[in-house]
Amino acid sequence: MSRTTRLSSSLLRAAAVTGVAALTLTACGSGSGSGSGSKSSGSGSVKVGLITKTDTNPFFVKMKEGAEKAAKENGVQLSTAAGKFDGDNAGQVTAIENMVAAGVKGILITPSDSKAIVPAIQKARAKGVLVIALDTPTEPESAVDALFATDNLKAGQLIGEYAKAVMKGKKAKIAALDLAPGVSVGVQRHNGFLKGFGATDKDVVCAQDTGGDQAKGQTAMENCLQKAPGINVVYTINEPAALGAYTALKAKGREKDVLIVSVDGGCTGTQAVKDGKIAATSQQYPLKMAAEGVKAVVTYAKDGKKASGYTDTGVTLITDKAQDGVTAKDTGYGLENCWG
Amino acid sequence: MTATTSPYAELKAPTTARRLLTAPTTGPLAALLLACAFFSLSTDQFLTGGNFSLIVQQVMVVGTLAIGQTLIILTAGIDLSCGAVMAFGSIVIAKMAAEGSVPPLVAIALGLVVCGGFGLLNGLLVQKIPLPPFIVTLGMLNVAFALTHIYSEEQTVTNLPGPLTALGQTFPLGHTDITYGSLVTIALFLLLAYALSSTGWGRHVYALGNSAEAARLNGIRTSRLTIGIYTVAGLLYGIAALLLISRTGVGDPQAGQTDNLDSITAVVLGGTSLFGGRGSVLGTFIGVLIVGVFRNGLQLMGVASIYQTLITGVLVILAVTVDQLSRKKAR
Repeated sequence: MSRTTRLSSSLLRAAAVTGVAALTLTACGSGSGSGSGSKSSGSGSVKVGLITKTDTNPFFVKMKEGAEKAAKENGVQLSTAAGKFDGDNAGQVTAIENMVAAGVKGILITPSDSKAIVPAIQKARAKGVLVIALDTPTEPESAVDALFATDNLKAGQLIGEYAKAVMKGKKAKIAALDLAPGVSVGVQRHNGFLKGFGATDKDVVCAQDTGGDQAKGQTAMENCLQKAPGINVVYTINEPAALGAYTALKAKGREKDVLIVSVDGGCTGTQAVKDGKIAATSQQYPLKMAAEGVKAVVTYAKDGKKASGYTDTGVTLITDKAQDGVTAKDTGYGLENCWG
Repeated sequence: MTATTSPYAELKAPTTARRLLTAPTTGPLAALLLACAFFSLSTDQFLTGGNFSLIVQQVMVVGTLAIGQTLIILTAGIDLSCGAVMAFGSIVIAKMAAEGSVPPLVAIALGLVVCGGFGLLNGLLVQKIPLPPFIVTLGMLNVAFALTHIYSEEQTVTNLPGPLTALGQTFPLGHTDITYGSLVTIALFLLLAYALSSTGWGRHVYALGNSAEAARLNGIRTSRLTIGIYTVAGLLYGIAALLLISRTGVGDPQAGQTDNLDSITAVVLGGTSLFGGRGSVLGTFIGVLIVGVFRNGLQLMGVASIYQTLITGVLVILAVTVDQLSRKKAR
């Protein structure tokens, strides 16, 4: 009895894999993300890899869209991969290795861990692969051939200057809803904001990490209001955190008299600026980062010319309540150029 | 609990051919071979020595964790803390050696002791109080995770001394480069496979998994055995920590966050029963390779990584379904 069961179970398992394999074929046949899958072998065209922090964050979804569009226009094959969670260095290392094995000409990567990814990038570059960091620099920055990214310090500075103009010299009690310890993007935006505002960390009455998450942003703001009820300016790492802060403030009836500023420029966030929930946000352009990255790999494949140095992909202050002396665009422009 | 489900049933199988067909690893092996065949036909780059060497390098860390996980699951337990314990071990090794001016080999030994200590503690809590393994290791997951972040101060440790990354170095074999770490992992699999199938200790592990009470009545010192199994598993996580450092070249406090689930996935795909007493570490090795082959093969085909997650999920459910159905029929 048990023997025949085991035999049939073996066959079942085998059948399962065949089924899944068929599923895979259908998946890539349907072409989401990689219509090139079916003609992948030996077609001789240039291959480009894109590795993001995760598959699910709208920012990276937009980045992927930009890369796909650029790949199509330039007739190159794009393959994509991502970590399982923000901070999954081992997953990104594996993706780099597999892409090098697949014979890519260049890799565009948004490093989850700026330092930890460096040895894997070095190995890929040693094999002649062009590596460009998107959005987040590596440490050291010279570990990659080039960086296409938002100037995060400037992004923070813009909302800092804006908040300063709104406050008109009134005494500020600042809450900072940050990203996570040691993550460069968060540190740069935070410092940029303080620089633009002309404040120091002493003026920050409450600082909490949110991981850029709406629910955690809400909890953080609730706790900050407990600690320092007089808060009148809220700096947030991104718009989900800002919306969390808005919810917490609204519950206390404080949403009208507290200024919330943010960075990112996602469509939900830009809409929240239009709705008056967030006063202003610094919009960045992931689609452009990816598109320029793909073009750079195409150039390298054609002429052997490697992209180098830092390319600022731009940042724009978006608000409907513009202040004198602070350059900004309205939410109409923001919604046309938003991501997500 | 019937005689037909005991591991000895296979040993009595009359012919070699029949034994091969009915071995619990046959299904997973067939699955692995089919997957390899599929990817070989789909891409030019899959069927090369270099690529197979790469796959083994990529799975060696989770593979080593999965050996420990197999031992624990064979006793009808589970270990949710393995990835976090490994991460803590790797930070201890990296930080001691890179910043604490401790000789590298001493740092490695300390890492092994720390991980073994976590295993011992898990075993003591499971056996002596006793608490369910799920709860003990869930708690330990958080303890080890927090200690990792406290001790590392959230910083990635770089500039590691040479001996720490030695296992990540390669040596040529024919036209292929193999890492020393891959050999360590394969050796560990063979060692534990031998210990489980051909020693008294191995038989006791299976007996314990089938029925702890029956094992105890038969004179097996189940308490000592259980604590020993958790400790051995902890030491294996320590070795995995060293392999992890050697592979990435850094000490990374974020490491290992999903490795507990990945190791359980490998055990299940390898045909080991989550109800204890049935399975093998060789099956787990095949399970680990199935995941590695899919990830690598899909990437070579240019399929987005989310499909790898989809396929792994479907495979796990199928594997457990097969296990359940065969159990029901056997009764």
